[in-house]
Amino acid sequence: MTDPLIRLASLAKVYHMGDVDVHALRGATLDIAAGDFVAVMGASGSGKSTLMNILGCLDRPSSGAYRLDGRDVSGLDRSELALVRNRTIGFVFQSFNLLSRTSALENVELPLLYAGVGNRERHARAHEALQRVGLGDRVDHHPNQLSGGQQQRVAIARSLVGRPRLILADEPTGNLDTRTSVEIMVLFQELGRSGITIVLVTHEADIAEYAARVIVMRDGLVREDRRQTPRDAAATLAAWPATEPEPVAPVAGGAP
Amino acid sequence: MSPLQTLRVAIRAILRNKLRSLLTALGIIVGVGVLIAISAVGEGAKQNVSDKFASMGSNLLIVLSGSASTGGSRGGSGSMPTLTWDDLQAIQNECSAVRRAAPALRTRVSVVSDEQNWSTEVQGTTPDFFIIREWQTTSGVIFTQADTDDGTKIAMLGRTVADKIFPGMADPSGATIRIKNIPFLVGGILAKKGQNPMGQDYDDVVVVPLKAYQRFIAGGFNAYINGAILVNSYSPEATARASTQVSRLLRDRHRLVDGLDDDFSVRNLTEMVQAQVEGVETVAMLLWITAAVSLLVGGIGIMNIMLVSVTERTREIGLRMAVGATPGQILIQFMTEALTLAVVGGGLGIAMGVGSAMVLAWWLGWSVLIRPEITLLAFGVSAGVGLVFGIYPAYRASRLDPIDALRYE
Ligand SMILES: Nc1ncnc2c1ncn2[C@@H]1O[C@H](COP(=O)(O)OP(=O)(O)OP(=O)(O)O)[C@@H](O)[C@H]1O
Ligand SMILES: [Mg+2]
Repeated sequence: MTDPLIRLASLAKVYHMGDVDVHALRGATLDIAAGDFVAVMGASGSGKSTLMNILGCLDRPSSGAYRLDGRDVSGLDRSELALVRNRTIGFVFQSFNLLSRTSALENVELPLLYAGVGNRERHARAHEALQRVGLGDRVDHHPNQLSGGQQQRVAIARSLVGRPRLILADEPTGNLDTRTSVEIMVLFQELGRSGITIVLVTHEADIAEYAARVIVMRDGLVREDRRQTPRDAAATLAAWPATEPEPVAPVAGGAP
Repeated sequence: MSPLQTLRVAIRAILRNKLRSLLTALGIIVGVGVLIAISAVGEGAKQNVSDKFASMGSNLLIVLSGSASTGGSRGGSGSMPTLTWDDLQAIQNECSAVRRAAPALRTRVSVVSDEQNWSTEVQGTTPDFFIIREWQTTSGVIFTQADTDDGTKIAMLGRTVADKIFPGMADPSGATIRIKNIPFLVGGILAKKGQNPMGQDYDDVVVVPLKAYQRFIAGGFNAYINGAILVNSYSPEATARASTQVSRLLRDRHRLVDGLDDDFSVRNLTEMVQAQVEGVETVAMLLWITAAVSLLVGGIGIMNIMLVSVTERTREIGLRMAVGATPGQILIQFMTEALTLAVVGGGLGIAMGVGSAMVLAWWLGWSVLIRPEITLLAFGVSAGVGLVFGIYPAYRASRLDPIDALRYE
């Protein structure tokens, strides 16, 4: 059997707040195979975001080991971590985090800019990514000219444009209404089918239904880990009751 | 990220807050502007000063009655004359570095033509005066040694006097003017010299032969020279030597024992040029300091606004880091921004400096000299300011923790 894409062993994270130590993770151990679609659930404060930050190489564990794609990344320096984020990982945030007053296209191009991809290829790939999330006709729109769902699609396009192996999404549907959430899940399922590994944090059980595997965290530990047959988001959307009122005002996300 | 892309992002960030960027760059704009203006005007002023001294005649010494520390420094007036005609003769004959010496007696009187009168300085001298002063005529001829000895009533008019008492007449040679009611024939018009270094008009003068001056204007012969002795040496190098020789000779002739001050002064025009240039340089120095302070303030302004910018854009920085920007790339990004701000400010400053130098020069009647290397230097200095004051904010940005930055409210 090949190595999993992610291998965590007794991962711990302690935040020092003055005299108090906050144990956000207390020794989480977890493997995630390439191509898996994992939903992470758990109560508020159980360490989900802390886990995601470490998975995303935005943060380093206090102790324990993290191997990403067979490589120990817990000891890398800031620049090396930046490189891993750029080449291997895509992020989707709850609050979208798009650059304001910057077109959708340029937002999507951002990771490629830091990867040093030339102008022509960068434009082409960003266009392609926007097409893939269904925003081929919105490339020149600025975030404030897009709905919340559309902004999150731009963010997803941005996360996939660098052809990452792993996409991490911390409550990506947290600011969206139910129907739009399902639309976003359709996208994630499509990405999953194309071979990208997806780890997604959610508070909503019906969002977790679209994942192939559900992990539940409590007090900084993985307490539950089950496989399930994922619900088909596209089918759910097709069968969406016509009577349900269309979402009018999507919740605006903060953009930097 | 390519340098071009980095620059693009920087320019965009700067243009996002146009007014703020402009105000930030103001310190640099003013600093560089002053720097360019002073160097242009300063160079012009130096040129101007030496031009004016050159118009007095080169290798020139002026010997005056009275010591340099008393009223004697004010053109000999206000102190008893101590120079005699024998002194003049001795200077001419005994000082090896002296080529020529001429007396210049002077007084202020009115000169009158048929229709106008004008109060001016009348000088009595010998033809050597014109050689020493390197002064030619534009019309007529300079009076001769014979005229000087005979006391012929001939007057050479400076351009200003000619214009005042013969308005509209290009060449009044041959006309008659009256000085102290004595008719003088206008022998010729002297070439225009412009202003002397103290701002007086060289051309506001009438020059007459020595004897005629003594007889008709001074009202008789005086054993002392009421005025100055102009001396010219053989070469610029000989000027200092001539000065020493004249001083020694006069001390000797005036029987000044050791410990007694000179009762005359010898002024070296070359040294005076230097003094004036130094004066200009002192003023320029003050302006240089102004420019430096302004650049410093400009630099601090840039640092301040960059720190504000880093704080405002903390989330943006976090996001850029999340998608793969290395700390180095963030550092370069913010350095580029500070640098662009400073260099654009420098460019505007250069434009402003050149503009104001031109206005000033026109106003002062000087020529401006804008040296290309000063422009380059100004660009260099602004870039330097941008780098020095941009590095700390940029470093701060690059040290941000991506998660903290992303969470920043
Ligand atoms: N930067 C930090 N400094 C100190 N304590 C922190 C920090 N980040 C998280 N914590 C603490 O670590 C614990 C886990 O936080 P985490 O954000 O991982 O929870 P979560 O599961 O994502 O919660 P939620 O569902 O509300 O997002 C919490 O007790 C939190 O207070
Ligand atoms: Mg969280």
